[in-house]
Order: sequence, then C-alpha cells, then structure tokens
Amino acid sequence: MTFSRRQFLKTGSALGAGALSAPFLGSRAFAAGTIDVGVLFSATGGLSIIEDSMQKATLMAIEEINAAGGVNGMQVKPVIEDGASDPKTFNEKASKLVLQDRVPAVFGCYTSASRKAVLPVFEKRKNLLFYPTYYEGSECSKNVVYTGSAPNQQLDVFIPWIIKTLGKKKFFIVGSNYIYPREMSKVCKILIEQNGAEWVADEYLELGHSEWGAMVSKIKDSGCDVVLSNVVGDSVVAFYREFKNQGLDHATLPICASVTSEIEIAAMGPEYAAGSYTSFPYFQSIDTPENQTFVENYRKFTNDPKAVTHFAMMSCYMQVYLWKLAAEKAAATEPKAIIGAIGGVEFDAPVGKVKVDPDNLHLYLTPRIAQWQADGQSKIVDAAPAPIKPLPYSAYGETAENLFCTGSGLDSTKL
Amino acid sequence: MADTLFIGLSLASILLLVALGLSIIFGSMGVINMAHGELAMIGAYTAVLSGIYLHLNLIAAIPLAFLVTAGVGWLIERLVIRHLYKRIMDTLLATWGIALLLQQAIRLQFGATFFGVNIPGLGTGLQNVSLPAFFQQSWKIGDFVIQPYRSFIILVTIALAVATWALLYKTRWGIQVRAIMRNPEMAAACGIDVRKVSSMTFAYGSGLAGVAGVLLAGFKTVSPEMGATLVVDGFMVVVVGGVGSLVGTAAAAGILGEINGIVSLVSNDILARAVVLALVIGVIMWKPTGLFNFKGR
Repeated sequence: MTFSRRQFLKTGSALGAGALSAPFLGSRAFAAGTIDVGVLFSATGGLSIIEDSMQKATLMAIEEINAAGGVNGMQVKPVIEDGASDPKTFNEKASKLVLQDRVPAVFGCYTSASRKAVLPVFEKRKNLLFYPTYYEGSECSKNVVYTGSAPNQQLDVFIPWIIKTLGKKKFFIVGSNYIYPREMSKVCKILIEQNGAEWVADEYLELGHSEWGAMVSKIKDSGCDVVLSNVVGDSVVAFYREFKNQGLDHATLPICASVTSEIEIAAMGPEYAAGSYTSFPYFQSIDTPENQTFVENYRKFTNDPKAVTHFAMMSCYMQVYLWKLAAEKAAATEPKAIIGAIGGVEFDAPVGKVKVDPDNLHLYLTPRIAQWQADGQSKIVDAAPAPIKPLPYSAYGETAENLFCTGSGLDSTKL
Repeated sequence: MADTLFIGLSLASILLLVALGLSIIFGSMGVINMAHGELAMIGAYTAVLSGIYLHLNLIAAIPLAFLVTAGVGWLIERLVIRHLYKRIMDTLLATWGIALLLQQAIRLQFGATFFGVNIPGLGTGLQNVSLPAFFQQSWKIGDFVIQPYRSFIILVTIALAVATWALLYKTRWGIQVRAIMRNPEMAAACGIDVRKVSSMTFAYGSGLAGVAGVLLAGFKTVSPEMGATLVVDGFMVVVVGGVGSLVGTAAAAGILGEINGIVSLVSNDILARAVVLALVIGVIMWKPTGLFNFKGR
C-alpha cells in the first residue's frame, strides 16, 4: 500500500468536498444571473380550463427565451401562483408576487374580474402587469401592457363586413351578463348604426348558463337575420348546440361571435359551428411560418399532438417576448424602465407583426374574420390590410384622431 | 304557444331527471347527497370515455352510465354514508367532500397527470359527446318545430319516472323502501334489512344521476365542474315537491320548468331564475313540507 487509510480518507473527503462545492458555487453564480418573473393564472377552479393553456404558453416562451440565452444575459425564472378562478385570490397572489417575491413583471390574468382585482396592486406599487386577454377596453393604466385586443380591433372590421359582405341588416345581440359583453355590445350598436343597419334585441344570460331553449326560441321569433354573440365560456357550447337543435342554420342565420375560439369549437363538436363566423386577430389556421412553428412547439411542449392554440394563449406567449425586447431596449428590467421602453417595440409574433402603441400600451393588431369549418379549424375569409390602432375607449367615442388615452394618462374630460 | 310549452316541458324534464334520484335518496335515507351532481358528472364522463374507447353512441352509453354510477354510489354508501346514518349534518359534509374528491379525480385523471400521462377524455378540459345524426335534425309540423333530442330527453325522463314508480309501488323492494321512508325503526322491527335496502336505494338513485349526466352531455359541455350547480336545482324541486313524494317531485319539476320557460320567453332568463327562486321561497314559507307530502314519521 503506498498510502495509508488515513491519507486515503483525507484525499477522499477533499475530493468529495470539491465535488460537492463545485455545483454549489456554480448555482450561486447562476442565481446572480437569474431574474424572477410572476406567472399568475388559475390552475384550479372553473376557469382553469382556459387558463391552463395560457400558463403553458407563458412557460413555453420563458423556456425558449432561456434556451436562447435569456434576457440581458440573465435566465428567466417563473414564480408561479394560482389565482384559483377567484378575483380575491388573484389580488392576494399579485400582492405576494410584487411585495414578497419582488418580481419586476407579472404575466397573468384571464378575466376582466381578475384584472380589476389586481390592478390596484400594480398601480400602487408601481409594478407591471402583462395582460393577455382581448377585453372590453375602458382602461388606461400605465402599469399594464394590454397584449390582447381592444373592442375596436375585434369589431371595426367585423360589423361593416357582416353588413356589406353578408348583406345582413337586423342584428340580434346576445351576451353573458357581465362587463365584457355589455361593453362590446355598446361598440357593436355604434358600428351597426353607423353602417345603416339595425339591432332588434340586446339580451343577456348569466355567465355559465347552459339552458338556451328560451333564448334561441326568442332569436327565431325576433325576425333578425344575423346573431352577434358576445357569449363567454362554456355557455357558448350549449348555445351553439341548442341553435342547431332548434333547426336554425348558419347558412341563413349565422352566428357572428367575438369570443368563440378554437377551444369552444373543440368542446362543442365542430359540426355545430360549421358555417358560423368569429372575429379575432389570431386563429390557429394562420398560414405563416411563425405560426406553424408556434403550433408545433406548443404541441411538443404540452406533449399533446392534438392541442389547439387560441388567441389569448398566443398573446401569453407573445407578451413574454415583448417584455424581453423592452428589457433589452432599456438594458434594464425595472418596471419603470420597461414601461418607458416598451412603447414602439415590434415583434414578429405567430399573429403577425405587432407593435406596442406608445399612447395606451395596447397592441397594434390585425383584425381577421374567419368562418368555422367542419374539421373544427377556421378559414380566414377577410382581414384588415394592416394592423390597426388600439382604441380602448371606442365605446365612448374615441377615434384615432381624438384619443382619450395618451402617454400622459386618461383625459377624463372627454368621457 | 306550443313552442313555449315545449320549452317549459323540456326544462321540466331535465329538472325531474336530476331530482328523481335525489328525491329517492333523501326521502328514504334522509341523506342530503351533495355529490349527486358529481355522480351526474361521472355519468357524462362515462359517455365521453365510452365514445372514445368503445365507440358507443350516446344512447348506448345510457345503460353503461347507469351501471357505472350505481356502482360508484354503492361504494360511497358502503364506505362512507353507512357510518353516518341519522347524522344529517355529517352526511352533508361527507358527501360534499366526496363531491370535491370526484371532481379532483377527474381533473387529475385519477392521478395520471402526476406521472405526465395524458388520458384523452379526462382532465381539466372541456369534453363533448357527439349526438347521433338523427338527433341533430329537426322536423317541422306547421309552425311547430320538433326537436328530436329534446323530445328524446322528455321520453327518457317519463320512462324513468314510470320505472321508478313501478319499482316503488309494484315490487317487494319498493314496499320495503316505502316502509323505511315512513318509519325505519318499525321497518327494521318487521324484519326488513334496512342497511341492504338502503345501499340498493342509494345505488339506484346514483344510477339515475348517471343517466341524467349522459343526457345533459348531449347539449352542454362535459367538465369536472358541470355537476356543481345541478344539485341546487335538484334540491329546489325536491323541497317544493315534498320529501319522499314521487308525484310531488314530478309535479314540482313540471311547475318550475313551465314557469321558468314562460317567464324567460316573455321577459328574460335572468328574471325567470329570480321568479323560480322566489316561488321556491314562497312554497317553503307557506308549506314547509312541500306541496305533496304524507303525514307521519
């Protein structure tokens, strides 16, 4: 034996210590180069059906960004909280992310109710929320980047198109009974009247209502020639099914919807929606390399070869990149720096080229109109020629020439 | 007018479908089964899964769902409810807990999600059951549109109500159940095996919930949460109709369904809901034991 047992132990333990400490040091160094961001969706409760896919899209974007070198050389680490489909919980978790975890940005919220619940946290603490859902507008916070569409980006092209191309004159407006459908309906009525058509009814059902017998019967008796639907959630499924079961046909009386997406179509069975229309900036069927890559990567990421993509979850994906680009532009990640830098940031997203409007921190988006096919996918039948400016106050008369919401905040004298 | 009555009738048939099982269980065992909606949800998932894996259509899924949910109900009775008889608050809590467990079991795909396995047809997502083509058409007689699927639901509901009536009034088991409803101690003293009859009753009531679930799956989405609101509607019917009265349950379902249908056509669905709830409160104040009830106990 050339060395004694004691020596052997010494060397061994030194080696062991070395082996142990190396990754430890490594991870310390790694920790200095990471940045935490908040991810806040509902993993439980009724809304988890949609919000689950939104969370996955967010995490997928973070993973991609990390694989490509991170943000300003730092790896992005998501701090995930569960809003549990409950606005109060959303508020608590947002406070936790902002105050305890001190994240410089939170990606999250699906419903307007949850956004309204977390808004005071971000405004008071001068933090930053990236909100991914198409929504009712009427907000001008400087602590939120709105990456979904404003009402004008869903309806400005849609309503005139229904009247001129489909030749429809009498609208039956139907929605779920809460703020989004009611605000959408206001914008609809302005546009319908501007374009020389009329609306015969404006009806609401409770959110989650699944008994559509009476409403569809009313639609049938109303003498309308088109139905404009702002119905949200799984009510959509019961609505379209009842519509067909009562013998109505999209060929003569189409449902034109502002919310019905790939998720709802898959849930109702495509045969019930075939022939109806939806207006969104994003559809899974958009035929660009960016979108095809996105759909493929999402299916790989979720390990589900049939996973569908939809507008709100695409926005979740896109907004992480917008944050990254703003952080690189500002060479900082503090909320204030991002808010200052993000106006004018452009990105080639699955939805096409988007740009953050410096006035109201919403996105320039291209409205598209699609007709649902028998296979559950959409065929894009018309689109705006270029991205259009977001106008969150269009229900109250805001136009591109007369902005209510500018870089200096909301001009409430105009309301 | 015929359209209005038909809508009311189809609303009533769904109420009755949900309330029937609940009424029997509540009437004979005094158990408020908060998991009744979730049993309907299990029935709906049986239809979804049998469609995917066995290629059964909705009609064929009905007996299967009855057996599956009856089995689940029998297990629940054996494992939990049996130990909680005559403790109404405890059964309420226990069945509510079971409801949450069942929801979560479907959502987590019986735990498979923890291992990264994805079972198509389960999970948090919305599922659907496709209707056979002949249910999707509609026929016109004059101005009246016949909806095959709604008509089918009404017929199945009537058939189930009649079958339940026959079971209760024409069979030996039915006599035993009715005896237990009136006075369980006396029934036991007469040599009726209360426990055995009760577990059969619970299984039968659960099976009815399963059938309701399959039929509901035909016009609404199937999701783990779908059952949560059903139990409320079911109890409204049971309370208005009178505990343990089959005729009362059917009549209450008919009255509430028609009122709901008429008010929602004349005004709107939100007001119709309010009117129905006001009516239920009125009935409870005026006749605390329900419209139809026997004296006794």
